[in-house]
Amino acid sequence: MSETVIKCESVYKIFGENAKKMLEEANGNVDAKTFQEKGCIVGVNNASFEVVKGEMLVVMGLSGSGKSTLLRCISRLTDATGGKIFIEGQDLLELNNKELIELRRNKMGMVFQSFALLPHKTVVENIAFPLQIKGTNTEESINRAMEMVKLVGLDGRENYFPRELSGGQQQRVGIARSLAVEPDIWFLDEPFSALDPLIRKEMQDEFLRLQEKLQKTIMFITHDFDEALKLADRIAIMKDGIIEQLDTPANIVLNPATEYVRKFTEEVPREKVLIIEDVMDAPSKDNLGDLKVLKDDIIENVAEKILTQENIVGVVDKNNNIVGSIKPSKIIDTVFGGRKNDS
Amino acid sequence: MEYLKKYPKLFQWLFLLVVFLALCFAIEVPETYKFIRGQAEFIKDPNQSVYFFLGKEVRYYAFDVFWRLPPLLGWLPIWINDSLFFLMNEWMPMEFWNEDTQEFKTRPLLLQISRNLTSFMTFLIELIREILLGGLETIVAFTSWDFIDAYPWLELPGLPWTIVAAGAAILSYKLSGKGLALFAGLTMIYISIFGQWKPSMQTLSFILVAAPLSFVFGLGLGIAAYKSKRVEKALYPILLVMQTMPQYAVLVPALVLFGVGDHAAVIITMVVAVPPMILLTILGLRAIPPEVIEAGRMSGCTNWQLMLKVLIPTARRDILIGVNQVIMVCFSMAVISAFIGAKGLGFNLLLALNQLNIGLALEAGLCISLIAILLDKMSLAWANKQTDYFGNLTFFQRNKNTIFFAGSVVIGIILAYIGTFIFKESFNYLFEVPHNKGISTADFWNKGVDWIFDTFFVYIKAFNTWLIVDVLQPMRALYLRMPAVATLVLAVGAGYIIGGIRSALVVSALTLFIALSPWWDRALVTLYMATFGVVISCLIGFSVGTLCFQNKKSAAFMLGVCDIFQTFPSFVYLIPVMMLFGITDTSVLIAVIVYATIPATRYTIEGLRSVPVGLHEAATMSGVNKFQRLTKIEFPLAFPHMMLGLNQTIVFALFMVIIGAFIGTEDLGQYILKALSDKNGAGIGLTLGICVAFIGLIFDNLIRTWVNQRKKHLGIA
Ligand SMILES: Nc1ncnc2c1ncn2[C@@H]1O[C@H](COP(=O)(O)OP(=O)(O)OP(=O)(O)O)[C@@H](O)[C@H]1O
Ligand SMILES: [Mg+2]
Repeated sequence: MSETVIKCESVYKIFGENAKKMLEEANGNVDAKTFQEKGCIVGVNNASFEVVKGEMLVVMGLSGSGKSTLLRCISRLTDATGGKIFIEGQDLLELNNKELIELRRNKMGMVFQSFALLPHKTVVENIAFPLQIKGTNTEESINRAMEMVKLVGLDGRENYFPRELSGGQQQRVGIARSLAVEPDIWFLDEPFSALDPLIRKEMQDEFLRLQEKLQKTIMFITHDFDEALKLADRIAIMKDGIIEQLDTPANIVLNPATEYVRKFTEEVPREKVLIIEDVMDAPSKDNLGDLKVLKDDIIENVAEKILTQENIVGVVDKNNNIVGSIKPSKIIDTVFGGRKNDS
Repeated sequence: MEYLKKYPKLFQWLFLLVVFLALCFAIEVPETYKFIRGQAEFIKDPNQSVYFFLGKEVRYYAFDVFWRLPPLLGWLPIWINDSLFFLMNEWMPMEFWNEDTQEFKTRPLLLQISRNLTSFMTFLIELIREILLGGLETIVAFTSWDFIDAYPWLELPGLPWTIVAAGAAILSYKLSGKGLALFAGLTMIYISIFGQWKPSMQTLSFILVAAPLSFVFGLGLGIAAYKSKRVEKALYPILLVMQTMPQYAVLVPALVLFGVGDHAAVIITMVVAVPPMILLTILGLRAIPPEVIEAGRMSGCTNWQLMLKVLIPTARRDILIGVNQVIMVCFSMAVISAFIGAKGLGFNLLLALNQLNIGLALEAGLCISLIAILLDKMSLAWANKQTDYFGNLTFFQRNKNTIFFAGSVVIGIILAYIGTFIFKESFNYLFEVPHNKGISTADFWNKGVDWIFDTFFVYIKAFNTWLIVDVLQPMRALYLRMPAVATLVLAVGAGYIIGGIRSALVVSALTLFIALSPWWDRALVTLYMATFGVVISCLIGFSVGTLCFQNKKSAAFMLGVCDIFQTFPSFVYLIPVMMLFGITDTSVLIAVIVYATIPATRYTIEGLRSVPVGLHEAATMSGVNKFQRLTKIEFPLAFPHMMLGLNQTIVFALFMVIIGAFIGTEDLGQYILKALSDKNGAGIGLTLGICVAFIGLIFDNLIRTWVNQRKKHLGIA
């Protein structure tokens, strides 16, 4: 197992006066409704999880479910009301101002839901901003910022002001800015939701490519399940501040922990989530066809191939050892029938 | 009954009006009542009633309390005066080291503070003044008189005007470009050849101290208020009163605290200029989206970096409006503080007006307005400046402005030197054109004024007479005919209908203060003049604004005109009206109307502009014609914004009415002006100022409350 980068231990964030006192009195038993009656809003409710190095955790949930708030707690933009947060083993809440600034300057990057660009600075100045805050000299920071401008495909617009850009372009500036300091930990709050589908797909691919290369630890918020499936190592689903389930995409779809999660994932196309290993049978004694599929293949990608076979298809691991088998009929079951079976 | 349910407010208003009128008719004018003119209030008269409070004697003419309330606050001005005197001369005596006599001396704390502040300000002003005009006080401040006697060449020679002009042009070019550079150059040349150089530079040195100090203090306090709720709560009431306090009124206490001269003027200018700066700073900082601040934090900003690189630049728009206001107030005060001995253009302007030399006044007024516009544009350009990171500039290109300036210094000195040969006998015009030795157009203007007077005298006089006899006098009589109780009922009722109990309480407290002061009658006169001005200004402003709005270009043009007019110091408005109408109430009122029309026009255009474009299109699609669109969609939506314009219009009108006292009016302003030359005037001046401020605040409170409700109703809060 690689090292843990982010670790949360029963983190609470409650808005309102007396939040701290009320939390103590509640004894770890926080109920959003009773709190609301007393004038407090529960943002995050007892969140505990870990994110390891190079992992991408996608956080999902309805509007107002506390996703952004959770991210704000972990970046300490707001102080959590209760619980402990560790970043690379350091207790985040114990850091003094100076250490926190150091951490943010060198380790963290964040993309904001509403872009949050500085209106008085041009594209390139916005991107160079974190570098200049760190004390990098002007020339170096501008050069680096220009690299980032090219990376997000905004060359030619480096001297525009944010108000002269479209929403998608502004968000690309935000992404470029958060990457300029090469952070290890990367927080993204709905970074692609303002982009049109074409650019969104492009950015997602670019994002995956970057991640392959840079191996950053990422927390990623999105409303789009397709996007989550494409990117996520694990998915956390939040409701009213509570993390209902945190698991691999397949497990979330196959074994929803709560009724809410089941409903949430109902419409998700299984073949996009599940890999062969999830649905395969034990290695079969019968004669196998010529086709072999990897156990890590996503069903959608190999379904067509399998469906054209008449024989049972063998499943192999990376070293080409047979680890299981799969019948074409099983594929049909999964794609079309799975939903009914579950309910 | 149905109407009653549909328009409950309308019926409340009608009811209020009926009660008000009934009271007006029911309460008779007492036979002994007369408007107290001029010096009459100081006459001791056996008919007066007397009471003592806190050892102060208050004399007044007693009437039926329904007609006029007794001046129960009459002791306040005297008490303020005595307290100020006590604080300055007796409170907390301490030992202070005296540099001049080299020994300790006992002085009250406040006096010492005032003296230190004073000498600091004097030093700053003298420093800039002597760089521009030459002198030796700055050198003396660092050394001694003996030293300067020994080394007389150390005396600063002052800069030749050519260098200052070139410097202004080059700086303008660097900040903005050719247009502004040309304007700066021409302004300076104009000032010089018309012989206004010395007073202009005196005024400039005053502004260059007052404006930056006001900016820094305003910004600092604004930030403090933004960061701490407690600071804001403490500042807010003071800010509100200061916003509506006429500038004359603050002069009087300043006189007591800081004496006479430029230093007192700077301090008092700061007192007036800082509040709007604070308010706009708070407004700007509050409007920053929280995510922008978070983005700054995530970039690893320290608190300082966050403030300087994220918060202030992001709030730039509002802060810039603040800077504009500071400059405006500074120039206004540059003129007004001539009353307490500030030197420069303002002093010349007042002197010329006093001698009814309209031509001279016009020249000085033009100079000060030009400098005001120049500084305003320069500060704006400075804030909007951008850096170019990509141009591959040569050394010359990067430093050309510095090089040009150095060049112009050399040329300027050479020219001045050559000048000593050319103008052997007379003044060296290439160094400095002395005051009144330049070209003067005063005669021309004076002749023009005479000509206008001779030619149009009949018409002007007829108009004047008609206005005064048929409009102003009856209106004034009506206002004075209002019984105090009726006015109070009207104010409280309006407060209640608009804003409920809370507003009613605030409004009644403010009104009561004025009613219990010794100057209720005067306040009514002020109110009548302001009302007249505001009504006409609004009519003009709203219609001009609406007309200009029909076309993008004319709207932008009109806003530009408003910008420029707003930059003129308020006193300057008196010049042309005195030119045309002489010393009458008409003059004052026309100045009021012109001055107050600016905000009315500007807010109308801006309000109409703020109506979302989508709505226009939607309306046009649904087949609404232009006029319907204006009345059904644009006006209702723009109304809240326009009402804020009305608010500004009222404040502007009040200011001008008070300033109009210079021409001669019989309102609160007249007494404020009188308090200026009164040894014991501080308390009176301050109380009078508060009275005027409260008139403004009453309307401010009502309009704001109403606007907020409207906004909520329209869903644009
Ligand atoms: N500063 C705040 N003060 C009070 N309540 C807040 C604050 N910030 C967030 N909340 C509340 O906390 C809850 C969670 O908000 P949050 O912004 O985390 O939602 P979200 O999941 O990010 O939603 P979205 O998908 O719309 O961005 C909401 O009910 C919100 O009203
Ligand atoms: Mg969010």
